[in-house]
Amino acid sequence: MGAWVDIKRILRYGLVGFFRNGFVSLAAVLILTITLFVIASLMIAGAALSTTLEQLTEKVDVNVYFITDAPEEEVLTMKASLETLPEVASVEYVSREEAIERFRERHKNDQLTLQALDELEDNPLGASLAIRAKETNQYENIAAYLETLQQSSIDGAGSIIDKVNFFQNKTVIDRLTDIIDTSRNLGIAIAVFLGLASVLIAFNTIRLAIYTSRDEIGVMKLVGAGHWYVRGPFVISGVLYGLISAIIVLIILYPISLWMGPASERFFGTFNTFSYYTESFAFIFLVVVAVGILIGALSSYLAVRRYLKQ
Amino acid sequence: MIYFDKVTKLYNGSAPAIENITLSIDPGEFVSIVGHSGAGKTTLLKMLFAEETPTEGDVYFGSQNMRDFTEKEIIDLRRNIGTVFQDFRLLPTKNVYENIAFAMEAAGRGDDDIVADVPHVLDLVDLGEKMWSFPKELSGGEQQRIAIARAIVNQPDVLIADEPTGNLDPINTYEVVQILKKINDLGTTVLLTTHNKGVVDSVGRRVVTMDQGRIIRDDNSGKYSL
Repeated sequence: MGAWVDIKRILRYGLVGFFRNGFVSLAAVLILTITLFVIASLMIAGAALSTTLEQLTEKVDVNVYFITDAPEEEVLTMKASLETLPEVASVEYVSREEAIERFRERHKNDQLTLQALDELEDNPLGASLAIRAKETNQYENIAAYLETLQQSSIDGAGSIIDKVNFFQNKTVIDRLTDIIDTSRNLGIAIAVFLGLASVLIAFNTIRLAIYTSRDEIGVMKLVGAGHWYVRGPFVISGVLYGLISAIIVLIILYPISLWMGPASERFFGTFNTFSYYTESFAFIFLVVVAVGILIGALSSYLAVRRYLKQ
Repeated sequence: MIYFDKVTKLYNGSAPAIENITLSIDPGEFVSIVGHSGAGKTTLLKMLFAEETPTEGDVYFGSQNMRDFTEKEIIDLRRNIGTVFQDFRLLPTKNVYENIAFAMEAAGRGDDDIVADVPHVLDLVDLGEKMWSFPKELSGGEQQRIAIARAIVNQPDVLIADEPTGNLDPINTYEVVQILKKINDLGTTVLLTTHNKGVVDSVGRRVVTMDQGRIIRDDNSGKYSL
C-alpha cells in the first residue's frame, strides 16, 4: 500500500466531497470570491494611488538660478557635487541659451514680451539647475545644503548662485509632502483593515462549513482513519474553493476594469485600470490564486484539526 | 485478551461513571453488558477504543497497557476493533459502498481487496442490493446492518456494539442479534451493551450486569435480571 494510493483516494474524496456538499461549497466559494475581489481591488487601488503620487512627486523640483556671468564649468562642478548627495534623484542643467529658448517658446504668442527681449543686447537669463529629490520631504535638506554653499564661500562656488526658489515653493512642497504621506498611510491602513476583515470572514465561513462535518470526522477517526486521511479531503476541498473563487474574480475583473478604465484615467491622470490589469495580469493572477488557495487550505486544515483533537 | 484492572472514571466533579471495575474478557467470547442508562456501560466501551482514558486503574488490550499507546497505535487499535452504535454513525455524504470502502481504505487495504470484499460483506448482512444507496435512503434497520458490515469488513478481533438495537423495531432487533451471533461464531469477540431483555435472553451467553458504575453480577450463561 503506497502513499500514492492514499493520495489518489484523498484527492478523489476531496473532489467528490466538494460536489456532494454543494450548498456548503457554494457558500464558501461566494465568500472567498468576495474576499479575493476585495484583495484584488485593493491591489489595483494601491497601484493607482502610488502611480499618482509618483507623478505628483515628479512635478516637484527645486531650481537654482545662477548669475548671468557664472562660468559654465563652475555650474557643472556644482551639478556634479549635487549629484553625489544621497537625497538627490536627478539634476538637470539648463544653459543660458536653453533658458532663452524656453522663454521664447513659452511666450511665442506674446509679441510685446518678445519685442522687449529683442531690445536687449545681451541674454538676460542665467543658467539654472533643476534638482529632483527622491522624496519630497528631502527638499528641505537640499535647499539647506545650497544655502550653506551660497553663504560659506563668497568667492567660491556659492557666489555664482543668484537665487534658490525652494523658499517660494516651500509651503506648496510641504503641503504636498503631507498629502502624499497621509494618503499613503491611509491607503495602507485601509488595505490592511479590509484585507484582514475579509480574510477572517472567509476563514470563519470555511470553519462553519466543516463544523457541519464534525460528526463525520468523529466517525472517520472511529474506523481508524489516520489524521491526514481525515484531513486531506477537506484540505483538497478548501484548495478547490480558493482556486474556483480566484478564477471567478479574475474573470469578473476583466469587464469591470475595462469599464472603469476611462473614468480612472480622467480621475488619476494617466492611470488606467484596464491597462494595469492586462499588463500586471501575471502578478495579479499569482497573488489572487495563491491567497485563495492559502485561505482555503489553511482554514480547512485548522478547522479539521479542532475536531481531530477531540 | 481484554482486561480491566481496578478501573475508575471520573468526569469533572460528578459521581464516578464507573468505579473500581475489574473485568476479564477472553478471545471469542460474546459478552452482553446490561444495566440502566447511566450505569457506565458506554464509558466502559469507550475506554476500549481509546476515546476515554481511565482516571485510575489500567486497561490492557492483548498484553499491552492502553495508557502506553502512541497516537499511531491508537489508530491501529481502532482498525482492529469494529464499532456499532445506537445512532449508526454512517458517513452521510458517502453511499453504502463508500462507507464500507472507507473503513478498508483507512486500514490501508488495496483497491482489489475493496472491490472483492465490500459486496461480500454486504451479502453477509443481506443488503447487497442497497450498495449504491445513501444512508438517508435506508431504514434504521438497514442502516444498522450497514454499520455492522463496516465494523466487520476489516476482520477485527473485537466487535463493540453499543446499544445497537436501541433504535430498532423487534424484527430488525432480532436480525441484528442474529448477525452478531454469526460474527461471533466466526471467531470475533463481541461486546454488546443493551437494556433490552429480549436481546440478552436470545443471545444466552455471558452477561455482565452493571449498576451505578459497578459490576453487580457476572453470569456465564445469563439471563437479563435487574
